[in-house]
This record gives sequence, C-alpha cells and structure tokens, in this order.
Amino acid sequence: MTKTLEAAAAAPARRRRKPFNPVRWARGGGLHAVLFAVPVVLVYVYFSWGPVIQGLVLSFQKTNLIQPAEWVGWGNFTYVLSDPGLVQASLNTAYFAVLALVFGFPIPIVLAVLINELRKYDTLYNALAYLPAIVPPVAAILLWKFFYDPDATGMFNTALGWVGLGPFPWLNAENSAMPSIVLYATWAGAGSTAIIYIAALSTVRTELYEAAEIDGAGIWRRVWHITLPQLRNVIFVMMLLQLIGTFQIFTEPFLFTGGGPNNATQTILLKIYNYAFVNGDFGAATALSVLLAAFLGLLSVVYYFVTKRWSTA
Amino acid sequence: MTELKDRGVVSVSDRRRPLVRTWFGVVQAVLLVVLIVSGLGPLLWAAKASVSPSNDIVSDPMGIWFSPNDWGNLALAWNGAQIGRSLGNTVILAVGSTLSTLIVSVAAAFLLSVLRPKWGPWLSGAILATLFLPGVVSFVPLYLTILDLPLLNISLQDTFWAVWLPAGASAFNVVVLKRFFDSIPREYMEAATIDGAGPMRILTMVVLPLSRPILGVIVLLSIVGSWKEFLWPMLVLSNPDLQPVSVMLPRLATGNSPLAVQMAAVFLSIIIPVVLFAIFQKQFLRGVGTAGGVKG
Repeated sequence: MTKTLEAAAAAPARRRRKPFNPVRWARGGGLHAVLFAVPVVLVYVYFSWGPVIQGLVLSFQKTNLIQPAEWVGWGNFTYVLSDPGLVQASLNTAYFAVLALVFGFPIPIVLAVLINELRKYDTLYNALAYLPAIVPPVAAILLWKFFYDPDATGMFNTALGWVGLGPFPWLNAENSAMPSIVLYATWAGAGSTAIIYIAALSTVRTELYEAAEIDGAGIWRRVWHITLPQLRNVIFVMMLLQLIGTFQIFTEPFLFTGGGPNNATQTILLKIYNYAFVNGDFGAATALSVLLAAFLGLLSVVYYFVTKRWSTA
Repeated sequence: MTELKDRGVVSVSDRRRPLVRTWFGVVQAVLLVVLIVSGLGPLLWAAKASVSPSNDIVSDPMGIWFSPNDWGNLALAWNGAQIGRSLGNTVILAVGSTLSTLIVSVAAAFLLSVLRPKWGPWLSGAILATLFLPGVVSFVPLYLTILDLPLLNISLQDTFWAVWLPAGASAFNVVVLKRFFDSIPREYMEAATIDGAGPMRILTMVVLPLSRPILGVIVLLSIVGSWKEFLWPMLVLSNPDLQPVSVMLPRLATGNSPLAVQMAAVFLSIIIPVVLFAIFQKQFLRGVGTAGGVKG
C-alpha cells in the first residue's frame, strides 16, 4: 500500500524530467490527437481564420485580381468614409435596426409567454410559429414581393381594403420601403426566436409565481415582475444578437428592392457587395467590412458593460 | 413543453375563474388564427397559386382559392424553368455541407472533449473566437480564397466544394457537440480503453452512438440552414447548371416566365424543408431551444 502511494507520488516528478520521446508520445495518443486536428485546423485556417487575417490585410491594399496587390495605407478607409452614399447607407441600416428592435423584438417574447401558458395543443402553436423560419428566405421574399403589390388588387392591399385602408405603395415608396422590409423580417424571424424564449421560460421557478400570488399579485403583475425579470439574461443576449444580425442585413433589401427606391433601402452590406462584386474594388469592400466589424465589436463591448449592471449574476 | 409543466404565470385556481377562463379562451383563439394566417397562410397560398392560372393570380390574388387547378404549372416549372435540376443541386449542396460540418465539428469536439491534448485550449480558444467575429469581416476575402486557394493555387469557383468546405467551419456546432460529449461519463471511454479500443473505436463505438440525438438535431438544422443559403452560393457558383434553387428563383422572377410558373417554382422550393419539418418537428423545436441555451 505505502509502496504504491510512493510510486504515485514519485510518478509526476519523474515524468517531468523525462526527455521528449516521439515513440512514447505517439503511443500515448499524441499522434491520434494530431490526426484529428488536421482536418479541423485545415478547414479553419483556409475558411475561417485565414480570411479574417486576409481581410485585415486587404483593407490596406488595392487589388483587382489582375495586377499584383499594392499597399495604399489608409487609402481605402478614407475613400470609403468619404463616399457620399455611406451616410445614407448607415442611417438606413440604423433605421432598420431600430424599427426591428421597437416593433419586431417584443413580438417573440409576447408569443412565447402566451404559448407557454397553453396546456393543450401547445406543440401545434409552436410548430405554426416556427413555420416561417423553415421557408427559404428567397422563396418567402418572392412571395412577399408579390403580396406587397402596390396596386389595389395586390394581396395586402386587397385585405386592407376590406377594412377600408389603403392602397399602400409598400416597397415602391421611399418612406414605406424600409418598414415593409422590417415587417417581412419580423415575420421570418419571430417564430424561431419565440422557441428560444419558450425554452428559457421552462427554467423560470414556479415558486416565485406562487409567492407573488400569495402576496396578491395579479396575472399581469406576475408577468411584469417575475417572468420578464427572470428572462432578463436571455432577452439581453437575444437583443444583442438581433442587433448584430440587423446591422448585417443583406438578402432582404437585395432581393426586395435592390437598395431602392432612391437608395431608401441601401444598407451597409449592400454597399460592401457593390464595392466588391459590381465595382471590383476588393480593398474598399474589405475596408468597409472591417469598419462595420469594428463597430459591431465596440457595440458588443459597450452593450456588455451596460447590461451587466442590470443582469442577474 | 411537456406534461411536467404544472403551472405558468396563470395558476390552476386562476384557470377556474370565469373571467380568466373567458379571456384565456379568447386569447387562445385569436393567437391560433393569427398563427395560422401568418404561418400557414403564405404556404397554403403558394401551394394554391402554384396550380392556378397567371391571370387569376394577378387580378385577384385572394380569389384564387376558387379558381380551377392547372397542374401544368408544376411541370412547366420542373422542366421548363429547370427547377428540377436546381433542386437536385440544392440537395447535393445541403447533404455535402452537412457532411462537412459533421466531420469537422465531430473531430474538433472529440479532440477537445475526449482526447484533450496539451494544446487543446489553444485550439478551442481559436475556434470560439470565430463565434464572436461578425461574418461580414471574412466574407470578401473568403470569396478570394475560393478563387485561388493559398499555397495550393487551385480555384474552387464553380465547384460544389466552394460551398461544402466553408460550411465545415461551424464553431457553433463544435460548441454544441463538445458540450454533449463532455456530458458522456468518462467511465464508458475508460472501459473501452481497457478493452483495447483506440481513439477511433471509442469515437465510433461509444461517443457517436450515445450522441445520436444531438447529431440528429445538427443534421436537421444544417440541412435547413444550407437550403436557405443564398448569397454565398450565388457568388461562388456562377454556372447555372450548378446553382441551387435559391439562386435560380430570383433569376426566374426577373426573367419573363409567367407568374404561375414562378409560384410553382417557389412552392417546389418550399415544400421539401416544410415536409422535413413536419416529420421531425420535435427535434427541430428542441434543437432550436437548446441552441438558444448555448447562445444564452
């Protein structure tokens, strides 16, 4: 007994002194670890880490894929920042983000709280709510584009006409184009977000409701003072994720309006796309990408410190 | 989401009160109608529009429920607009991307959770870091990488590899899988090692069979995610013969094909993921819920 204890105590000391032995290392599983790492590292180097570094490098270069790249210092950044369209694109993107936050963000929470109260058929409600998230965005956007037909015979205009509203120009007017895109984006995203909230709701401790009930709190006050505070952390995370997502919006304006009418739905990502794949100016495109990424990084850090004070431990 | 849930905000005794009961019924009914109209409505409409004449769709989109069926649209879309072939491409892209994501993520998670080499934390940190980087930074350089792979000097442009390989770098799936692998009792693996199993056998005989539920969720979410991809396949697949249906559809819409054929194409591209969802509903909803847990 004492012997084994001594041996065990001595083992680590002895192992440390031993020189590196490739055969022993391979037998001990080191080789296997490396073999498993090879595909992982290759894929991440080529398609994840590499492009990030290359993006930083490219933003200081001028390339058009034909001539060799040339260092231009901060040239791309000054070019991008002095682009007269950038202000409009940033404002549009921020407008989209704010609209989506104000109108789109509360919907999944309401949906989740309501569905969570159901005792029968709640899976049916879940499935129905999640359906839009399954539909490929391209197909859904084509459908919605048709629904948004500005004529009086358009789908939405017909339906609103029954209650005496409209016809609305939807995507065809500068002031209603962006809200129309937000409406679509809310439809497309609300269900899957609601499912995440429902999963989070199942972790709310029911004793809290009972305690509040004994103290005489009604249903509304229970929602306001228990459910929402208990969801606080999830809500903060989802809000940040939504902000990061909305600042990178591309497919919706690209397919709905192409940035029009009169640049009313031109977003930052559309600008990046145009720099790179219409003008062939990859330097400017990556410079703007880096700026956007830096902004999102800053936003996340600020957001983290601001919400930290309010969140539960 | 099951019978274990004894109460929510509204208690059992609340539910007996007539006022609460009436309101509850009203809210429940309204919610159901809203969800059916917004969730199922567009799909049903697309289904009916896909077999309706173009004129009816344009002149009275709400009235097509009663117009006669015109099954020719679907055939026209399938053959004439070549939706059949693009759907085939979508399937190939979805299956390939899913395989690539599975192979790379399982290898990474197994390495970090079970083999745990000394340099594991470094790798894990580097993979996690990509979660926090917005995709927008690497999007243009990734395209340039596809045009000319550094060191190898080959172009993946217009090959399915251009979509498959980048799909492998999914840090999110690594995190989900590693969490699951961490929860498998180490005793199973130790027992297998004593019986003489190497790492590969431990992976295939112990870890993977025990991880079937989470693997199923990843496969489903990855297939649907890949089905929804638009921008990336559009950039790297310029050959129409290789393009998936999501890239084909907008071109069809800007072209001069009749609206009915467009709607038939839209319906055909929606129906497969929807059927998949209808079959694996539970796994989808559970998967999205746990995914939220990882994010949170």
